[in-house]
Parts: sequence; C-alpha cells; structure tokens
Amino acid sequence: MELFWYIVLLSMLAIYVVLDGYDFGVGIIHLFFAKKEKDKKILKNAIGPFWDANEVWLIASGGVLFFAFPLVYASSFSGFYLPLIMILWLLIFRAIGLEFRGQLNNQLWFKIWDTAFGVSSFLLALFFGLALGNVVRGVNLGGVENGIAKYDESYFFLPLWNSSLNPHAESLGIIDWFTLLLGLISLLIITIHGANWLIFKTNCSFKEKLKNYILYWNSGLVLLTIIGIITWHYVREFPFDNFNKNPILWIVPLISIFSMLMLFRIKKFKKESTGFIYSSLFIIASFFSTAIAMFPDILPSSNNMHEPLTVYNSAAPHYGLMIGSYWWIFAIILVMVYVFVQYKIFRGKLDGINYGEH
Amino acid sequence: MEDMLFYDRMQFAFTITFHYLFPQLTMGLSLIIVFFKGKYLLAKKENYNKAAHFWMKIFALNFVIGVITGIPMEFQFGTNWARFSELTGSVIGQTLAMEGMFSFFLESSFLGLFLFGEKLLGQKLHFLTGFLVFLGSWLSGWFIIATNAWMQHPVGYEILENGKFVLNNFSALFTNPWLLPAYLHNQMASLVTSAFVVAGIGAFYVLQNKNHSLGRMFLRMGVQFGIVATILVAVPTGDLVAKNVVKYQPVTFAAMEGLFETEQSASIVLIGQPNMQEKKLDNVIKVPGILSFLTYKSFEKEVIGLNEFDEKLWPTNVPGLYYAYHIMVGLGTIFILIMFLSFLNLWKRKLPNRKWLLWILILAMPFPYIANTAGWYTAELGRQPWLVYNLMETQHGTSPTVSSGNTLFTLLGFIGLYLLLGMLFLVLVGKIVYKEMKEKEISN
Ligand code: HDD
Ligand code: HEM
Ligand code: HEM
Repeated sequence: MELFWYIVLLSMLAIYVVLDGYDFGVGIIHLFFAKKEKDKKILKNAIGPFWDANEVWLIASGGVLFFAFPLVYASSFSGFYLPLIMILWLLIFRAIGLEFRGQLNNQLWFKIWDTAFGVSSFLLALFFGLALGNVVRGVNLGGVENGIAKYDESYFFLPLWNSSLNPHAESLGIIDWFTLLLGLISLLIITIHGANWLIFKTNCSFKEKLKNYILYWNSGLVLLTIIGIITWHYVREFPFDNFNKNPILWIVPLISIFSMLMLFRIKKFKKESTGFIYSSLFIIASFFSTAIAMFPDILPSSNNMHEPLTVYNSAAPHYGLMIGSYWWIFAIILVMVYVFVQYKIFRGKLDGINYGEH
Repeated sequence: MEDMLFYDRMQFAFTITFHYLFPQLTMGLSLIIVFFKGKYLLAKKENYNKAAHFWMKIFALNFVIGVITGIPMEFQFGTNWARFSELTGSVIGQTLAMEGMFSFFLESSFLGLFLFGEKLLGQKLHFLTGFLVFLGSWLSGWFIIATNAWMQHPVGYEILENGKFVLNNFSALFTNPWLLPAYLHNQMASLVTSAFVVAGIGAFYVLQNKNHSLGRMFLRMGVQFGIVATILVAVPTGDLVAKNVVKYQPVTFAAMEGLFETEQSASIVLIGQPNMQEKKLDNVIKVPGILSFLTYKSFEKEVIGLNEFDEKLWPTNVPGLYYAYHIMVGLGTIFILIMFLSFLNLWKRKLPNRKWLLWILILAMPFPYIANTAGWYTAELGRQPWLVYNLMETQHGTSPTVSSGNTLFTLLGFIGLYLLLGMLFLVLVGKIVYKEMKEKEISN
C-alpha cells in the first residue's frame, strides 16, 4: 500500500513537472525572445487555457503527500520553509503577470507584467531543480551539530545557503554547487520543453530559430547531466544499487538518455509534436530514475545519527491508505476525462483564440 | 516560543482572511452566472447573455486571486503547522487531498473552457461548463469545511501512544454532525455576498442612468437571490449551527453570547462590552427570555454561563469572540431588512425609482464581506485554545524548527504582497464596471 501511494505521488509530481514545465518554459522564452507584440500574444495564448489546471497537479500532489506521508509533508515543508514560501510568492507573481496584463491597454503596464511573468517563470524553473537537488543530497535530519541533535529526529531546517556552498558541510544550505547544478539542468530542460510546446501549438515568428537554440541547449543539457551523474557519486554513495538488483529497471534511465539524444534530431521531425513528446519523456524518465536510485528513501539524512525518512517509516496507517486508494482511483479517472476534454477542445494551433479580453 | 506561536497564528489568520474574501464571491457568483446563462438559453434575450458576460469578467479576476491565495493555504499546514500536520495528517489529509482531486481539477479544467470556449462550444455546452465550474467551487467548499468541521468536532479517529491521530472510520468524516449545518450556513453566506454585489452594481448603474436595462436586470437578480439567501442564512442554517455550538462547545457558546452567569430564562444581549476584569458585561441592552427560546425553544430553560467552567477552558479571546458573533448576527438582521424592503419595492415595480434604497444597496456592498469574516472569526476564535477541539492545543501544533524571525519575515511579505493584490483587484474591477457603463444599451 505504501508503495502504491509512493508511485501515485511520483506520477502526479512527474505529470506536474511536464505540464507546468511547459508553461514555465514558455515564460522563459517569452522573457528572452518575444519582442514583437504579436508574438507575445501568441505565446500567452499557447498556455492561457491550461496553466491554471496545470498548477492543480501541484496542489493535488501536495494533498496526496499530506495524507499519505504526513511525516514527510510536515518535515520537508517546515524544513524548506523559506524557499517554499518564495515559490508561493513567485507563483503568485506569475499568475497575475499572466492574468492582469490584458486588463489595461498601456505600455508600461504591459512591461511590468511581462517581466513579472518571465522572471518568475525563470526563477521557478531554477527553484524546482534546487529542490530536487536538496532531496537527492539529503538534509541534516535532527539538525545534528557536533554530534548533538537540536530537533526531533525527523525535523530539520535549512537556511538558503551556507558560506562554503559545499554539499558536504555539516551545516547545509539549500543552495550549494551540487543543487545549483541540478537547478541549471532543470532550467535547461524546462526551456527546451517550453520551446517544444511552442513549436507544437503555435506559429510564432521565431519558430525555426527556436529549433537551432534547442540544439545548443540540449548540448548543454547533455554536458551538465554527465557532470551531474559523476558528482552524484561524490555526494551520495552507490546510486546504482537498486538498478543492479533489478536490472529491468535500467530501462528507465535508458529511456531518459534516448529521449535526450533524440532531441538533437529536432529539425528532422515530421510531426511538430514529436519534440514535445521526447522532452516529456526525458522529464518523466529522469524523475523516476532519480526516485528509483534513492528508493526507499524519500528524504535522505546527511548525518549518521538519524535514519532517513523512507516510504515505509513515514507513511500513514494502512486503513486510511486503503480507503484513499478507492476514491483516488475514481477521482483520477474523472481527472483524465477533464484533461482529455480540455486538450481536445483546445487542439491545434492556439494563435488565434481570443485570450485576455474575454 | 510565545512570539513564534503568535506570528504563526497571525500569518494563518491574515492569509486565510484574505483568501476567503475571494471564494465567497466565487461560489455565490458562479451560481448567479449559471442563472443568467440559463435564462438566456430559455428566453433568448441578448441582455441575459450580456449580463452573464459582464459577471464572467469579474468572476475571472476574482477567481485568479482566489486560486493564488489558496495555494499558500494548502502549503501552510506543512510550513507553519508541521507538528499538527504530522499528528493529524492521516485524517485531515484525506479531506484536503479529496478537495484537490475532486474539486480543483473540475473547477480549473472547465474554467478555461467557460471563459474562452463560448464560440467553440455553442451555447448549451457553454452553459454546462459554467455549471461544472459552479459545482467544482461548491464541492471545494464542502471538503474544506469537512476539514474544518473535524477540527471543531473530531470524529472517526483514534489516538496512538505516540500522539498520532489515526483515521478509523472514513464515512464519519462526512456524516460529522458539525459539517452539514456549517456547510449550508457558509454557502448561504457566500450567496448573500454575491447577491449584494450584483444588486449593488445594478443600483449603481440605475442611479447613474447609464446602461439602465442591464442595471435593472442586475437589481432584479440580486434582490431575488438576496431575499432568499439573507433569510436562509439566519433560519434554519444559522440557528442549526448555533445549536451545534451549544451541544458540542457549550463554553464557546456562553462566550459568544457574553453570558457570564448561568441564567434561568436567559436574555439575549443586543449591545454591551465584555469586562474581563470584573467578569460582566458593561452598558448592556438586552431582551429577557429570548436566548433560552432561541437555544431550547422554551423561554424558561436555563443557559449555562462562563463562570460554570474552569477559566482555563475559556476561549482565549472572549471579547473578540463576542464581538465577532454580534457583528455577524447584527449585520445578518440588517441584511434581512434591506433585502425585504428592496424586494417589496421590486415587486411593486418601484425599486428603480427609490433613490434612497438604491443608495443603501450600493453602500451595503462591503458589509457581507465583513459578516462572513466575522462568522469565521466566531468559529475560529471560539475553538481556541484548541487546534483540535478538546484534544490538541494550538501551541502544540507549530513547526518545531521554524524560528519566529523567519515567520515574521514571511508574514510581512504576505502582507505587502496581498495589499498590492487587493489594490490591483479593486482598480481592475472598477475599470470593468466603469467600462461597461459606457457601453451602448441593447433594448429588448
Ligand atoms: C468554503 C469556502 C472555502 C474556504 C473556507 C477555503 N477555500 Fe480555498 N478556495 C475555495 C473555497 C474555500 C474555492 C471557491 O474553491 C476557490 C476560490 C477561488 C478558486 O479558484 O477556488 C479556492 C481556491 C483554493 C486553492 C486554489 C485552487 C485552484 O487552483 O483551483 C487552494 C489550494 C485552496 N483554496 C486551499 C484552501 C485551504 C487550504 C483553505 C483553508 C485553510 C481554504 N482554501 C479555505
Ligand atoms: C475562510 C474561512 C476561515 C477564516 C476567516 C478563518 C480564520 C481563522 C483565524 C482568524 C485564525 C486565527 C485564530 C487565532 O489566532 O486565534 C485561524 C486559525 C486557524 N484556522 Fe481558520 N479560518 C477559516 C477557515 C479554516 C479552515 C477551512 C481550516 C481548516 C481546514 C482552518 C484551520 C485553521 C488552523 C489550522 C488555524 C491555526 C491555528 C489557530 O490559530 O487556531 N481555518 N483561522
Ligand atoms: C442572523 C443570524 C445568524 C446566526 C444565528 C448565525 C450563527 C452562526 C453560528 C452559531 C456560527 C458558528 C460559530 C462557531 O462555529 O462557533 C456561525 C458561523 C458563520 N457565520 Fe453565521 N449566523 C448568522 C448570520 C450570518 C451572516 C449574515 C453571515 C454572512 C453573510 C454569516 C456567516 C458565517 C460564516 C462564514 C460562519 C463560519 C462558517 C460556518 O461555520 O459555517 N452568518 N454563524
């Protein structure tokens, strides 16, 4: 039952990253590439009807985490207090950037909200990588310093950074060179992903240019991913254990590598949706590879004194999880129907829909 | 430690109070828009669709702010109330997760279609998407109030040795006797807000003599909804909620009423200030027997006062609770009067000519917001010092690792950000109302 819920949680988070990922990506591209008023409009049309529903995957994942793994929810949300609240603020700025812009017809007004939308998308993409980096690296559970624990064994608190930016320091920070590396990877893949969405859903004027850029960005991604895997060894031991025990699982990281390499063929794809499918696959497969490598840990401990929070020691009791699985399966079927209806009705290119002045 | 709890509570109170200003209009207005849309489908008068479009614009703006201020609410259980989440998550996490899965997806998927899809969908399907948005928002209210009802009156749980609450009866969460009355009362209250807003904007147009036909339509719809909702919010729903409080939280009830001494044939207090030093009310105006009657349907029956209880069990802020309750009920009475007068005049077809009444309708617009907020303060202050009634104290629910400096920082951030949001919202709504005023009329 715990395992079922862990997979549910991971799948919902992966879907969240794929969906909100493309609209963050569009935000980043909007910031750097959309100069003409017409393109700006097209870019926003491409995510207008979707972004709100995409964000619900985050809220719903939060809800599932809360009820299936209350200890992880409590420990990680309070431990990552500042960055989480900042993510909330950024989400607020992004949403009003999108929704308020069309309300007044004034150049300065446009400028403010375009910037708010672009910059917050950029920072959010970075933050999500940082968050993943922190989970991979582990945290100082219990706040151990010089062998003495400051808090209960399942709690911790991380400042934004420590002076050395070193992932091996005793007092860790959210930002160190390792988490920053994952932040950059996340930024790159989300930008590529957003570009793929635009190629798929729009006819914006710089579409061909985007394909060239994807080639550059993807080279960067390959390079950083290699560095990431090597340094992971340095930060945490034996990430390959679980794969070696169950060789069939190697297929997951292989899919991830395959999709990443396929993205180099971006100019050769016949269908405009192909690129988007590969970047989605890359995101999902990398996400699951990471989770498999860490299993059964959800939140590793950076000290030797306390056990990590795992799928088994932090889950809610059986009865609740059992009941939950009934309504969850029912609900997810409904959600699939909504998603299907939504994407079916807004199929094709979205350049022309009248967005912003309903 | 003390100020940590204080800032945590301030942050929660501030963010939820601000958040709830928006859902109350979302929930009520979605129903009213569905009515406009439905009338258009039946009567095919272009004006009904125009009315729906006008309110959809305001709805969209209101909805966005509801969404973005709602996300922090969901996260704050973990960030600021980690201990509470750890101990009760396996119970209230159920209802919160269900809210996300069943209602937020419904609302947000169909909102996009509702706002941008009219041409693609055709009128009938467009009506349907509007209805689904309405359904989603009312379902979300149901689940969140189920969560809150569990904190007010916990059911279906057992407590393990390590202090963790464990769910042992799922259906009890939804048959909680606290839930249905509180839900209905809350939904009626949200309709009151929306009815006053719709009627108020209508009155504004009529008084300006601009966009007269639309204005009259708003007036009619607002007052019709208003008369029903203002009555239902008091009887039976308000009454039922009060009976629950008497039954399950008697000490809270005594404090709400400002009743220090147990009274035979207890009187209802209209005005008076709680004096906590001398444990009595100052400057009282009261009507004998009514409280006993309202509570037990008998003028004689005795109502228990605060002094019967150990002072440690008293709600922590008796005067605040007392005022909140009296503001809600006082305003509720005034709302019934206003809507009753408006309805009479509407019936006699004189409402558009009654300038003074139109002025009252315009000026009344902020007050349902105040009453709603006061209602929640009654519920939440009444629950103190408990986080889970009678089982877990608020002071034991905070996050053990988050320092007060950090909480104050984020509290200030939220205050700044939300003030900005509030101002922008008002300006933009003002602009929509003003722009519509200059539209040409369609006669029918
Ligand atoms: C009875 C009504 C009610 C109450 C008391 C609350 N909310 Fe709310 N909330 C709604 C009624 C609502 C709504 C009507 O469903 C909203 C308002 C606008 C909207 O988009 O949905 C909403 C939005 C909303 C969202 C965004 C949903 C989306 O993206 O569509 C979240 C995450 C929350 N709320 C969470 C909370 C939490 C954790 C609360 C309590 C602590 C809370 N709300 C109180
Ligand atoms: C929209 C309506 C609501 C309003 C206006 C409201 C208001 C408040 C206020 C004023 C407080 C602070 C009380 C104090 O500091 O003395 C509070 C606390 C709290 N409320 Fe609510 N509340 C609402 C809905 C809810 C719901 C639906 C839940 C649960 C799901 C909830 C859970 C809490 C919690 C956990 C606290 C913090 C602990 C505390 O100080 O009691 N509230 N609320
Ligand atoms: C006029 C008669 C009214 C009565 C007798 C009444 C009674 C009550 C009572 C007893 C509570 C519960 C407090 C607790 O949980 O401890 C409550 C809550 C509440 N009231 Fe009222 N009320 C009235 C009018 C109104 C009006 C006019 C509004 C707003 C327009 C309103 C909005 C609320 C809200 C939002 C809550 C909190 C949520 C809930 O418990 O449903 N009430 N009311």
